[in-house]
Amino acid sequence: MFKIEAYLRPSALEGVQKALGEIGIVGMSVTEIRGFGRQRGHREVYRGAEYRIDFVPKIKVEVVVKDDDKDGAINAIVEASKSGKVGDGKVFSSPIQDAVRIRTGETGESAL
Amino acid sequence: MSNLHKIVLAIPALLILVGYTPASADNHPLAEFQASPGYAEFVVNNLWICISAALVFIMHLGFATLETGLTRQKNTVNIIFKNLFIISIGIVSYALTGFNTMYPGDFNGFLSIMGPIGFTDVVANLSSAYNPGYTYWGDFIFQAMFAATAATIVSGAVAERVKLSGFMLYAAILVAFAYPIAGSWKWGGGWLEGMGFYDFAGSSIVHAFGGFAALAAVIILGPRSGKYVDGGIRPILGHSMPLATIGVFLLWLGWFGFNGGSVLSAQPDLVSVVFVTTSLAAAVGCLAAMITSQLFLKKPDVTMALNGILAGLVGITASADIMTWVDAMIIGAIAGIIVVLSIVIIDRIKIDDPVGAISVHGVCGIWGTIAVGIFSSDYSFSTQLIGTLSYALFAFVVSLILALLAKVTFGFRVGEDEENEGLDLSEHGQPAYADFQNLNN
Repeated sequence: MFKIEAYLRPSALEGVQKALGEIGIVGMSVTEIRGFGRQRGHREVYRGAEYRIDFVPKIKVEVVVKDDDKDGAINAIVEASKSGKVGDGKVFSSPIQDAVRIRTGETGESAL
Repeated sequence: MSNLHKIVLAIPALLILVGYTPASADNHPLAEFQASPGYAEFVVNNLWICISAALVFIMHLGFATLETGLTRQKNTVNIIFKNLFIISIGIVSYALTGFNTMYPGDFNGFLSIMGPIGFTDVVANLSSAYNPGYTYWGDFIFQAMFAATAATIVSGAVAERVKLSGFMLYAAILVAFAYPIAGSWKWGGGWLEGMGFYDFAGSSIVHAFGGFAALAAVIILGPRSGKYVDGGIRPILGHSMPLATIGVFLLWLGWFGFNGGSVLSAQPDLVSVVFVTTSLAAAVGCLAAMITSQLFLKKPDVTMALNGILAGLVGITASADIMTWVDAMIIGAIAGIIVVLSIVIIDRIKIDDPVGAISVHGVCGIWGTIAVGIFSSDYSFSTQLIGTLSYALFAFVVSLILALLAKVTFGFRVGEDEENEGLDLSEHGQPAYADFQNLNN
């Protein structure tokens, strides 16, 4: 099992949800977050004075998938959220040791 | 006998002492006046003054939402509280001393502090001999709505760090004494009236006065914490553009009464001309500020467009009844350009005015007043300049003294911890949006 964490533009959410659904991934969590990457935010002007927006609004999508679904899920997220411009975001994956479905007590991949 | 009973029984005695007599039903001159040819006109005129008073009243909601929108949400309750206090103390103090101080009748032209409004019998004053424009009460309530405006202008500039108790002391004295004294110089028949100075509805008397009072208060107060750091400017963003916009539209609406009512009658030609010049100046002020913002700041800043509307309105206020529609547009355009540049310059010299009140009311108030001397051959440029600078200087000095008085008594500024926490919680213990607090405001 792998957990995939994707840091994305808020506008990418709908496409990502659809793309993951199409390859049979069920269940995802979304968090509204703020952050910056290599570009370190951007500059704006308010009433004639410049200011930095260091923490840009983003979303974090988290899905836990079976080993076999990992590459497909990452691909689906990347394809659905790619605009080619700075600020598209990043996707991370990390191994998950175990999972439990609370209602039934199932564990491992069958709990997903 | 309880204390309450004593007080209730004392009221008739007091009324007799101050010379109040209830209107008697028989023998009143109303019937005679009602039958006279001028009565219908009087009714219409008086109704227009009262509607105008109501329009100026709603400007105070405009100021409240504009200030709220252009500041952070953690100071919203405080701004609302200050605005409620100002309109209330404004009307009460205008009844107790302001009205008669501003319109003292025969006086030395500079200063005459007078007592409360009279218990005038309205019916007894209704006759063809009475001023054909309005009743005593219509006059009072219209002028009373103006009076609080000067202090309201200051309220926006000192927002987010002024101490509530200190500000209440400052505002009460400003509105009870300083504004009526300044107003008497022109509208009360004082020395500026004698010089031939012209200020139709108060570009100087109300707006430059408020703007320069704000400047002195801000200088004593200092900038908001975190505004000017390491030699640079760190803008503090207003939290609600919709609220600010509601405020400006309400102010524009109210200005139909502010300027339209200042005709002091419902004379058809003048009232309609004033509506046109007022709106054209506001509209062109908005367009000019939009263009100036785009050219100089490389951004169509909505707050600048909002300030541009107000700049045009303040600019035309001195002369809405005497300008042609073309001149009104030129005055509005120049005001719209000036206001954007002035806001940026004042910010660069580290005078922190969150809403732009000093530029909108102070700078554009002076512009509107001297514009009378430029665009009208009936008024002298130098007299206009002397008049408007007198108002600016008087307001600045009085405000400086009052701010220092507040500073040594209640304190004029909150501590840094209170400021960071937000005045809503530190001064009032009450958040404005209890379920919607966000991280950075």
